[in-house]
Amino acid sequence: MKRLEAIAAIHGRLQDCIVVTIMGAVAAELQSLGHRPNFFYLQHAMGLASSVGLGIALSKPAARVVVLDGDGSVLMNLGGLTTLARYRPRNLTHVVFDNESLLSVGGFPTATATGSDIAGMAAAAGIPRTATVRTLDDFTAAFDAALAADDLTTLVAKVEAVGPAGFVTDLGLLENRFQFARHLRGLPETP
Amino acid sequence: MPVSVDASRIIYDALKACGVSVVSALPETWLVHLIRMAEDDPDMTLVRLAKEEEGVGISTGAHLAGARSVMLMQNHGFLQSINGIVSCAQLYRIPLVMLISHRGWFGERDPWQTEGGLVTIPVLDALRIPYETLDARDHVAHRIAKAMTLAHSTNRPVALLLGRDLMWEDG
Repeated sequence: MKRLEAIAAIHGRLQDCIVVTIMGAVAAELQSLGHRPNFFYLQHAMGLASSVGLGIALSKPAARVVVLDGDGSVLMNLGGLTTLARYRPRNLTHVVFDNESLLSVGGFPTATATGSDIAGMAAAAGIPRTATVRTLDDFTAAFDAALAADDLTTLVAKVEAVGPAGFVTDLGLLENRFQFARHLRGLPETP
Repeated sequence: MPVSVDASRIIYDALKACGVSVVSALPETWLVHLIRMAEDDPDMTLVRLAKEEEGVGISTGAHLAGARSVMLMQNHGFLQSINGIVSCAQLYRIPLVMLISHRGWFGERDPWQTEGGLVTIPVLDALRIPYETLDARDHVAHRIAKAMTLAHSTNRPVALLLGRDLMWEDG
């Protein structure tokens, strides 16, 4: 499965969600499929996308928050899995695209290439719903199940280590940040 | 424990008066009462962190969603958080308000705190983060309110250093 195909498969569902992505290929690929004001791309601060998602999910319990994370980023903030589990925001779905590689900086292997299991670590941290999927159909079904379950889920999607030719897009970082905040603040406070 | 409950209450009440509704924290001795106050307050969302840098993300998410927040941490936690402060809060112009216990400074008895104490202010200066010290009860509320105002007018991080003379009752 290619990450771009996986994002494309859920792009329609993301229209009704608050989406936070990591930097690099994930951000560039989601933008290539169509930017929306409810998408925020954390273009640095590796590891913190899930923490930003948690801050949003706790502050906006009526919003459905989706974090599009990566193996390299999760490995930089493993403690964050325990914090997610501790607060168990039921409105947060944590997708981890695991290409077993730091693709955007030369493709060096991460520890998932030698067996470290992010879904296993998430489960051990206490995240109630976890899964690892390897095909597009399984990914789409698991993502829909996560949204329907209304509980904190870490969904690891094993994807090929391929990405876009470049990572810089024409969307300014601050343009994205202020547009996203304005959208988020306009949402209702309670379900 | 000679950490001042009264001073902690003054700080906590000042945060509440500024509309703070989210506190992320990693415990340290001087912060125990503040964290318990947040824990006991049904209107406060307390996020207990595994490592301080996560708090930068929590505060960023809270701010984008329209909530006021602060981070409570020791200065070693501030040092631990620097990448998040630079590449999240500064890059994305987030009004991150940090209350940092200034350990390892004048009066410190614990040798292990001293290196962090020496570099805290130089690092704040290097990061161009404005700061004031809270070291007497009568200016706490005023300085917290001003810090919150500056953070939100600049959309940048602002720090308040919690000093020994305020937090510790036996000097």
